[in-house]
This record gives sequence, structure tokens and C-alpha cells, in this order.
Amino acid sequence: MLQTSSNQLPVTASGLMKFVETTEGRLDILQHIDLQVSSGEAVAILGASGSGKSTLLGLLAGLDEASAGEVRLFDTPLSSLDEDGRAALRAGKVGFVFQSFQLLSGMTALENVMLPLELAGHKSPEQAAKEALSQAGLAKRLHHYPSQLSGGEQQRVALARAFAPSPKILFADEPTANLDAHTGERVAELLFRLQEQSDTVLILVTHDEMLARRCDRRLYLREGRLEAEA
Amino acid sequence: MNPLHLALRLLRRDWRAGELRLLATALVIAVASVTSVGFFTDRIERAMERQATEVLAGDLRIESNQPLPDTFIQEAERRQLQQASTLSFPSVILSKGATQLVQIKAVSDRYPLRGHLRVRDSVTSPESITSLLPGPGEAWLEERLLPLMGLAIGDTIKLGQSSFRISRIITYEPDRSANLFQLVPRVMIGLNDIEKTGLLGPASRVRHYLLVAGSPSQMSHYKTWLEQLNLSGIQIEDIRAARPELRLALEQGGRFLRLAAATAILLCVVAVALSSRRFVERQSDTSALLRCLGAKRRQVGQIFILRLLSLGVIASLVGVLLGLVVQALLIHLIGQWFTSQIPAPSAWPLVSGLITGILVLIGFSLPSILRLSEVPPLRVFRRHLGAPPISYRLFLGAAIISLGILLIWQIGDDLLASQLITGLLVGMAILLIVSRLLVHLLAPLRNRTAGSWRYGLSSLSRNPATTSVQLTGFGLGITVLLLLAIVRVDLLSNWREALPENSPNQFLINIQPGEVEGVRKLLIEGGIKLTGLFPMIRGRLISIDGHQVSLDDYDNPRAQRLSTRDFNVSHATYPQSDNKIVSGHWWSETEWNEPWFSVEQGLAETLGIPLGAELVFEVAGRKIAGRVASLRSVEWDSFNVNFFVVGTPGLMLDQPATYITSFYLADEKRHLLHRLIQTYPSITALDVTALMQQIRAIMDRGALAVESVFLFTLAAGLIVLYAGIQASHELRVQETAILRTLGLSRRRLVISALLEFSLLGGLAGLIAAVLASAISYSLANAVFNLPWQLNFSMWAIALLGGGLGVGSAGIIASWPLLNTPPLVVMRKM
Ligand SMILES: Nc1ncnc2c1ncn2[C@@H]1O[C@H](COP(=O)(O)OP(=O)(O)O)[C@@H](O)[C@H]1O
Ligand SMILES: [Mg+2]
Repeated sequence: MLQTSSNQLPVTASGLMKFVETTEGRLDILQHIDLQVSSGEAVAILGASGSGKSTLLGLLAGLDEASAGEVRLFDTPLSSLDEDGRAALRAGKVGFVFQSFQLLSGMTALENVMLPLELAGHKSPEQAAKEALSQAGLAKRLHHYPSQLSGGEQQRVALARAFAPSPKILFADEPTANLDAHTGERVAELLFRLQEQSDTVLILVTHDEMLARRCDRRLYLREGRLEAEA
Repeated sequence: MNPLHLALRLLRRDWRAGELRLLATALVIAVASVTSVGFFTDRIERAMERQATEVLAGDLRIESNQPLPDTFIQEAERRQLQQASTLSFPSVILSKGATQLVQIKAVSDRYPLRGHLRVRDSVTSPESITSLLPGPGEAWLEERLLPLMGLAIGDTIKLGQSSFRISRIITYEPDRSANLFQLVPRVMIGLNDIEKTGLLGPASRVRHYLLVAGSPSQMSHYKTWLEQLNLSGIQIEDIRAARPELRLALEQGGRFLRLAAATAILLCVVAVALSSRRFVERQSDTSALLRCLGAKRRQVGQIFILRLLSLGVIASLVGVLLGLVVQALLIHLIGQWFTSQIPAPSAWPLVSGLITGILVLIGFSLPSILRLSEVPPLRVFRRHLGAPPISYRLFLGAAIISLGILLIWQIGDDLLASQLITGLLVGMAILLIVSRLLVHLLAPLRNRTAGSWRYGLSSLSRNPATTSVQLTGFGLGITVLLLLAIVRVDLLSNWREALPENSPNQFLINIQPGEVEGVRKLLIEGGIKLTGLFPMIRGRLISIDGHQVSLDDYDNPRAQRLSTRDFNVSHATYPQSDNKIVSGHWWSETEWNEPWFSVEQGLAETLGIPLGAELVFEVAGRKIAGRVASLRSVEWDSFNVNFFVVGTPGLMLDQPATYITSFYLADEKRHLLHRLIQTYPSITALDVTALMQQIRAIMDRGALAVESVFLFTLAAGLIVLYAGIQASHELRVQETAILRTLGLSRRRLVISALLEFSLLGGLAGLIAAVLASAISYSLANAVFNLPWQLNFSMWAIALLGGGLGVGSAGIIASWPLLNTPPLVVMRKM
């Protein structure tokens, strides 16, 4: 497997720019971002609300196209791929956790976790999903719908869903922002435990210093630029 | 990943989550109504047709002036078809030294194969249906022969070399000659008695008939067998060629039924389109997440399409079953109206139901669903990024093609289908434009959402796409419902009124000029309302614009028949009241001496007579030439006296004429007819009461069937209403929760929902009234040929009904939101 050879960087960005045209003229969201993340590393990207954290995450994950510069995932330049190509690159290798949970409300916890497994053609999605959920401490909530779960429980389902297919990279967008401090702490614990177990690259976006401190490296997003320390 | 596998799993989850229930319900109703209408109309039409085949007394009638070859009967027997023979010829009967020209009809066992004979046992006894036939040595006579010859039941008449005892009065036989005006009184005897009369000499003018009946497929095989024999001098008739009055009634009835089916289809596709749009909104998250997790666009598309198709197949099957049950109920409801047994359902509506379901989905759901694969994956970060708006070209293309196929195929009437589709498209365009205008007009309220009712109105302008969709959905829904009401009330009753209770049921022909005044006096003194006595001149059309008219000029059998037959030509100073001049003009008083003709437009078309053509008729050996000054339309089914060709008095007054009249004769005044025939024995009286009853029965049954079928349309209308309300459900959930959290009282929320929906509903109702008026006008004119009037009360009903109906439905739909704590609502978002 080429992608996992040791000298290869899972995520790199160079000269990354993002601007959008608005009615009030051009809005520069990101300016000249350079970033390199190595295998197994956990990187926190900090910044105030509206500083462009989600935008950056979207670009790194190949969900959006950069205005300039380049992102490489597993050494493949995203700009050389179309949307479907980028999706194929993500399949089974990239996981997500979002601020607003993104569980599908029509599906139970178990079904939500099964979805990426099924999509990746996993041989026994139900078994794997059950395992992931029990790891997240939700073995008794398999058949509950998101509306029947608390915020923390929902986010733990989301974590189970993200880690179940054993992704190489996990993108997390303010996973604790919607939770109270105590619940947030428990979710963070689970997140880092799973990350260590699976040796996954974690790119964590947050405005929470405490959370960021658990990562190997912290980067700050200010006025569209990425800085190493405060 | 196996997309079908995943699609089916997702489908099962969707179903539990209620995601697809609305779409599925709309689809089930669409298929159920189409199949039940299909099953039902299929069976009713076949029953009606069967009843109409009574006109031939069989499904097929073979006619010849030579005895028919035995192979015809043998082949019919071999194919296990029912058959009966009759023959008919003019002859003279003798009684008490008087003679009378009659039409003899000799019938074999089993006659008639379709329909029944009706008889009276004596002049005073009531009419009754019978399955008997004249026994050996017996004759049944038409009623008017009795006064004419001074006969009574039990008397003897002589026919050729044998005598017959009059045993009954025959009042109705299903297959009485198609030409009402060439009838002499009927005498019916058994076929076995005909030999000994010695009247079947080689020179006699006998018509031989073989009647055959059986299942439609048997019949068509038999007919094919007959036709490939290529025999000359033999005429084959089936129901299509039968009496024009009956055929008209039957065709009109069928057209109404098909219209009913079409309205149900129209409403259902609107409901499917609305619920598909909502499905797309609700599934955008799934799509974005799937893309995020690495599914390609094509895979996402596949998953949703397979999900849709499997839903389509399941829902269609359920719909077909439901349709089967409902049509059985309907047949049960309506079956008693039919004298003959209703044929069993055929398998075709089952197949067509499934195809319908899939077609509806492809036309009205697929274009929306396809958008799901276009949801940008970035939606996981930015919730406002949704599926791209639907391409109108794709939407319209798919809609027109699938609706076109559906309507033309299901209602089998291109004209009706094209009118409905045009109406729908124009309606949609108008509704979209109006909704844009509405959004525009309400925009100033947008930033002033303080007042509760300002809030309700401004919410319409805040979500322009949803507002458009809702207004269009409600508008089309109400249009179709109004159309239904118009058709039910106005067109249907106009159709039945085309043959009012006191339509003429008696014709007097062969009145001599010297008898006209006497007849008029006798009838008027008897309290009969007369429209007039009309001169009738027999003439043969010789040439059109100098070109000799000959049989070889025409391919069409009707034209061939007309070109060789004598016409009844009349003259008149004014046109008949039910005639309409379609081109040219009718002669004014100063033009009464011009050499002009007015020709019925159907005849003109068949024979190729243009306006202004020079026609030459031969009347009693003399040639009469004139120019066609006008073409007229004639309501043949009104039973008024009418003529294909009418000339100016100046052209025709001197020609030898007899007179004809028609009038309504109430049953209790029958004695008047007896007196008339005794006083003027050369007059021929013709009773068409039985024929008219038959036509009325078809109209009544037809109307009842149409009304029953409309129940589906009504059910489909409710689904459209529901789907329309649901279109803004997601938005309302969100906004209601936020507003309630912000402290807006429930009362104010109710008022704002009421305002929002009643404005939409009222406006939709108003536009629908305009649309329904226009569509019904064009249907009445082009398809049904019925009078039409503007119905203002409908406008008021549409406006109020739309406002109140949609308004209260909106409240009902919002009620659960208002009564659930905002927190619970928020968590479900
Ligand atoms: N498509 C867009 N159009 C206009 N503005 C945008 C768009 N995407 C992002 N922005 C703006 O860019 C800024 C950064 O957004 P975001 O990345 O969501 O910030 P964060 O996640 O750090 O809170 C915000 O001000 C947002 O409004
Ligand atoms: Mg963000």
C-alpha cells in the first residue's frame, strides 16, 4: 500500500488560498496556508468563530476546491482529481466528526454507524458497527434514534461512525462545541483514545484551548493565515 | 458496495422513518385510481358495448341478398359461437279483403343473441320483455297495423300461400333497421314457417342475415376468418357501424369516463412531484454525508434511483391491489344498472398499473431525485448548501413526455390529452409567474416581522421557491377539482339534457301535401306541440362542380353508400333551430329565389363538397342545379327532423314533395296515433320511444359511472393538498421552534399560519377558477360539443374554498408543532 509508506505525508497543503465573491466584493477567507501532517499525528487548528476553520477543513478533506494552492492527500494532488475522484480517495480512509453531529435522523444509532461500513463494502457491517458502538459505551443504545439520545451520546455515535471503518485521517470540526464542559470532556477522551488505538491522523478544528492541548501540535488561524504559536 | 443492497436497506429504514410515506401514498393512489378506473372503465365499456351490440341483436351481423353459405354457420359452430338466422323482405298481407305493404321478418331459434324482444299481449296490456318467439302459424304485428287494417289479436292474416294467427303485438326488436325513414310496418314470424308461404322465389327482395355472438377475441378471429374469404355481395357489420344515435351516446360516455381517469392522473402526478421535492430536501443530508464518506456521484445517484424504483414497484403493486378491490366495489355499486352481465376484469389493467407507477415516477420524481447526487459534500459544514434547483427544461421535458404517454395511452383520446396537457402547462406557467409576483409584493414585509400576521405573510416571500411550489401545487390541484365539478355538474347534465324528457318520440312520414293541414289540425287539437311539417323531396346527387358523382370516387364505405343513395332534400325559409351555420350564410328573405343549397357539414366532408360548389340533383327525372351557399352543423341526436341538404324555396318549391314531422307523444295519448293512422292510411308512423329509452339508459349509466370514478379524483385532490402543506414543513418546524423560543405566543403563530395558507389557497383558488373556466370551455367546444357558460359562482367557491380549505389544512398541519415544547422540536431538527 503506497499511501502508508513511512516517508509519505498523509496531508500536505501549500500556498492554499480561498476567497469568495460576495455582493460587497471579494472576501478573502484563507490566505497562503502551508501545512504538513505526518502519520499518526494529531494537529489542532485553533481560531475564533468565523476565522475560516471549517473552510480550511473542507479544503483539506477535498470537499471544496481551493482558489489557489494545492492540497495533497496521501501524496495525490486533489486538484488533479474531479469531485468523484476526490470522493474515491476519501472512501474508507477519511472520517468526519462535526460540530452539529450530522447523524441521519431517520436512522438508529446502529444504522448510522453501519452506513460508512456498507459504503466501503465491509464484509460484516453490523458486527463492526456494534463493536464500534460498544467501544463508545453505547452498547445499550443501538436501536435508539438520534432524537432519543443526548447531545453527548449523539456525538459519541458520530465518533463510533467515524472510527468504525478504521480511517487513515479523521477530520473533526469543533466536536465538543455544542456540549457542556463535562460531556465535552468525555467525548474528547473517547476521541483521543480511539485516535491512539487506531493510529489515525487527526486534524481537529476548535476554539477550545483545553481540547487543543491534547494534540501533538497546535496551529492558529488568524486573518486567514496559519501561525504556529500564539 | 452493492448499490441495490444498500438501496433496499435504506428503503427499509426510510419507510420506518416515514421519509417516503407521502411519496408512496401519492403513488399508491395514482396507481390505484388509474387501475381501478382502468379495470372499471374497461369492464363498463365492454358492458356498455355489449349492451349496444343489442342494436345488431348480436356481436356481428352478416348480411346478403343471397342465402348465406352454410360454411358461415358451420365455422361459427366449430368456434363455439352462438348464432341465429333471420331474413327480411317487403311483402303484402291480406286480411278482410284489404291489402297492406309490410316488412316481413322471419327469425330462427335463439334470436335475438343480444338484447330482448318486447311485446304487448293486447292493445291495452302493458309492454313486457319476452324470451318467446312467434310459434308455428303465429305472427306478431307492429301496433300501427291493427288500426290501419282494422285487426285485433286473434285475427288471421294471409301471407303468400299460408295463413297466420295474430298472437302478439311486437313493440321492440333490438335490430330494427338502421334507417328510420325506410320502414313499413313489421310482421314477425318463425323462420320455419317461411318455406310454406312460397314467397322466397328467385325474384324476391330478401335480405338474409346471420347473427353471431361470442367473446371479443372469438369474435375478432371469426371476423378475420370471414374477411379473408373475400366474398362479394356480403356485408359485415359490428357495433361500430350500428345506429349513429347510439354510437354517439356511447362515444360521449366513454369520453367522460376517460376524462375522469385523466383528472385522477393529473392530481396524482402533482402530488408525486410535490412529495418528491420534499424527499430531496429531507435527503440532502444523507447525500452530502455519503459523498463525504467517499461515495461517488454516480453511486449516490444509483442508491437513490434504486431506492425510488424499488419503492415504485412496491407501491405500484399495492396500488394495483387496492385498485382491484375498489373497482369490485364500484362494479357492485353500479352493476344493477346493467341488464346484461358485466364481463370479468382482464389482466391488462394490472400490467398497465405497474407501468403507470413507473412512468409517474420517471416523469415526476426522477428529475428531482437526480438532483440529490448533486448535493455538494460541503453541505456537512454549510447547511444552506442544498441540491441545485431543478432544471426547468429537464422537469418540463420529463413531465410532458411521461404525462403525454400516460394520458394518450390511458384515455386513448389525443385531442382530450393534448388539451389537458396544454391546460396544465399554461396553468403551471401562470401559477409560477403569479407566485413570483406575490413574493415580490410581499417582500417589503420581510424585514418587519414583528406583527404576528405580518410574519405569516412575509414568510411567503422569505422562501420564494417553496412558495412557488406550493402555489403551483394548490393551484393545479384546485383547477382539476373545479374541472371535475364543472364536468360533473355542467357538462354531464348538458349531455343528458341534449335528450330531454319531451324529445320527439314519434315521426310521421309520407304525409301528402293535401293532408298537411288536416294532420296539423288533428295533432294540435290533440294537444301536441308541433315544431312544423317539413317538405321532403327524394333526389339523387348527380354531380359536384360538374364532376359526375360515382361510387368509385370514394374509398370510405359510408361515402360509397351515400353516393349511390337517394337523399331526402328539403326546402326552408329559415334554418332549423338546432342547426348552426358553420360557413357561408343562410339565405335572407330577398334571397329566397336564389338557386342555393345548404349542406350538412359531415356530409359535405364525406363527399368532398366545398362551400360554393355547384350541385346537381335529379328529382323525379328532372335536374335541379344550385350552389352551396352554406354548410350547417346538425344535432342528429336531438331527434328533431333534419336534412342533409336544404334548398331555397325558389329552387325546390315546385318539386314533388311529401311531408314529415316529429313530435313528443305522451303514453296516455296513444289513441291519437290510432285515429291519425285510420284517417290517413298512407301516412307512416314511426315510434322511436324504445330507441330513445336505450340511449337514455346509456346516458344515465354513463353519468353514474363517471361520478363514481370522480371519487378517486377527490381522494387524489386531498393528497395534493396534504403534499402542498407538507412542502414547507421543514421550514415551519424550524421557524416555529425559534419563534416560540423567542416568545411568540401560540395564538399569534396560529394566526400567522392561517394567514399564510389562506392567502396561498385563496390566490390558488382564484387562478384555478380562471384556468378551469378556460379548460372546460375548450373541452366543451372541441371535445364534447356541448354548450358552455361562464360559472361565476364557481369563482366565488374556488376563492373561498381555496382560502378556507388550504388555511384550515395548514392549521391542522401546524398544530402538532404548536403543541410540542420548542425544545423537543429543536432536537428533531
Ligand atoms: N460561500 C461563502 N460565501 C460567503 N462567505 C463565506 C462562504 N464560506 C465561508 N464564508 C465566510 O467565511 C468566514 C469563515 O467561515 P468558517 O470557515 O465557517 O469559519 P469558522 O468555522 O472558523 O467559524 C465566515 O465569515 C463565513 O461567513
Ligand atoms: Mg466552523
